[in-house]
Amino acid sequence: MTLAVKAVGIRKSFGSHEVLKGLDLDVTYGEVLCILGPSGSGKSTFLRCINHLETPNGGYVWVDGAIMGYELARGALQELPVKRLRAQQSQLGMVFQHFNLFAHRTVLGNVIEGPMVVRGLSRADAEARAMGLLEQVGMAAKASSYPSQLSGGQKQRVAIARALAMEPRVMLFDEPTSALDPELVGEILEVMRNLARGGTTMIVVTHEIGFAREVADRVVVMIDGEIRENGAPQQVLSNPDDPRVRTFLSRVLA
Amino acid sequence: MQSTSNPISTLSLADLPGPDVAIRRLKHPGRWISGGLVILLIAVIGRAFAVGQIQWTVVGEFLTAGVIITGFGWTLLISACALVLGVLLGFAFGIMRLSENPILRFAAWLYVWVFRGTPVLLQLLIWFNIALVFPKLYIPGLIDARMVDVVTPFVAAVLGLGVNEGSYLTEVVRGGIGSVDKGQKEAAHTLGMTPGQTMRRIILPQTLRLILPVLGNSAIGMLKFSSLAATIAMGEMLNAAQRIYFINGAVIELLFVCAVWYLAGTTVLSIGQYYLERHFGRDAATTTTERRWFKGWARRPAVTGEA
Ligand SMILES: Nc1ncnc2c1ncn2[C@@H]1O[C@H](COP(=O)(O)OP(=O)(O)OP(=O)(O)O)[C@@H](O)[C@H]1O
Ligand SMILES: [Mg+2]
Repeated sequence: MTLAVKAVGIRKSFGSHEVLKGLDLDVTYGEVLCILGPSGSGKSTFLRCINHLETPNGGYVWVDGAIMGYELARGALQELPVKRLRAQQSQLGMVFQHFNLFAHRTVLGNVIEGPMVVRGLSRADAEARAMGLLEQVGMAAKASSYPSQLSGGQKQRVAIARALAMEPRVMLFDEPTSALDPELVGEILEVMRNLARGGTTMIVVTHEIGFAREVADRVVVMIDGEIRENGAPQQVLSNPDDPRVRTFLSRVLA
Repeated sequence: MQSTSNPISTLSLADLPGPDVAIRRLKHPGRWISGGLVILLIAVIGRAFAVGQIQWTVVGEFLTAGVIITGFGWTLLISACALVLGVLLGFAFGIMRLSENPILRFAAWLYVWVFRGTPVLLQLLIWFNIALVFPKLYIPGLIDARMVDVVTPFVAAVLGLGVNEGSYLTEVVRGGIGSVDKGQKEAAHTLGMTPGQTMRRIILPQTLRLILPVLGNSAIGMLKFSSLAATIAMGEMLNAAQRIYFINGAVIELLFVCAVWYLAGTTVLSIGQYYLERHFGRDAATTTTERRWFKGWARRPAVTGEA
């Protein structure tokens, strides 16, 4: 039960709109955590604060022995230069709702970009490892295709391989299946299920309650920028304490 | 009387012709007439030039005259240098235009405002006379010279045309960068790529593909605008032609000589632009082989797909 991620008092506002109202969250290694909640409750913003795609206005995120974006100096958090922040960010793999593949790179090019440019691997090494990952997500045959030639499900599998190529400590998923046609959702959930089985630590924002029930070790429900439930899937999903969580779940489970 | 208003219903199956029936196409007399008129017009204009006060032998004579060829060489050199300068400035200021730093953003805006907002001929004249503002060019340990010696007509021409072109390209580059979707930038950040790496490896290559067709236009425009340098005593082709016809009086002949060379130059560039657009103008859905041509360095993967 080693701690992998610890979010402490995360607050975030856009203008005068307070989206996150001081969130705390612990994630241990090997754990699969699903974040559920109504649209606009701040799930994406929270995930993006965890890897500093958005800078929180208050609070901080500790990842594997270091605070994201800061260093502790004389009792205060001193902001890090961008290069060191990027190095920290590369420890958290991110999978986006809209894939965000590099349009001018092949499938293989997408996967080797990070290892080559950031980790300084040789092209041969990066390609050999990338092919292994593409194999794992069933995309090896498409290695020399361009993103525009792939289906949504295929793009998302490549995006997962690209994130895995950095050998991140934790994988973050922001609604990885929401932009997909229903018949393609299964192939992505299957890849994620395999990752979970292999012991990958994952934080998954999702609307797939079935996936949460089956795969998650723990489920968090966010409402209006607050964590209202945090516990085992069967307890949170079947028997939530919070009345607003009960209304939310009854709507999505209906 | 048989109805002619609805011939389909009156044609019985028994009357249908065989499959090899002859087909007579509709005639287009209007096209022939209008085409004939245009040809006539061209002929009349052509004749006017042929019999007018133009000594075609003089045109032929000066077409390959050493002074004209040298002038055309200068024209090409000015255009090429100014285009390179314009592209460099366009990228530099285009990136600055999107900087986080408000001062840099403002500087880039100011650049575009000034140089896109004033006539390029005026700018050429100002560059040519820049010594009146800055009599000396002094950079400690690097340069210490009189401005008139530094800003020769050639330098003034390249600066004037290049800096002006750069102000247009700044906007083009800004648009190109803005059209690369923001998600790719975020993806690069989550992989740990620095802002510089993201710009160089993810954003700019896609921007370049978008703006290459525009660069074709710039090159053609630059070739023609370089003739403005004639006004600042730069010995490019038009200036050379002028110096000749001041002496021999063959004004229209020498201007025609220039026209022939400019047309030749822009034709070559247009052909080049056609091929550029064929390869880069399309969206990302180009096939693998075509994109390989663009990325000469994109080698085949060392490990190919097993499946
Ligand atoms: N960049 C931004 N600028 C301004 N407001 C924002 C920004 N990003 C998010 N918001 C606002 O923050 C709130 C939470 O957004 P967020 O995307 O985190 O919700 P979510 O829980 O992920 O919703 P969904 O399930 O629809 O994805 C919303 O009200 C949204 O309008
Ligand atoms: Mg969201």
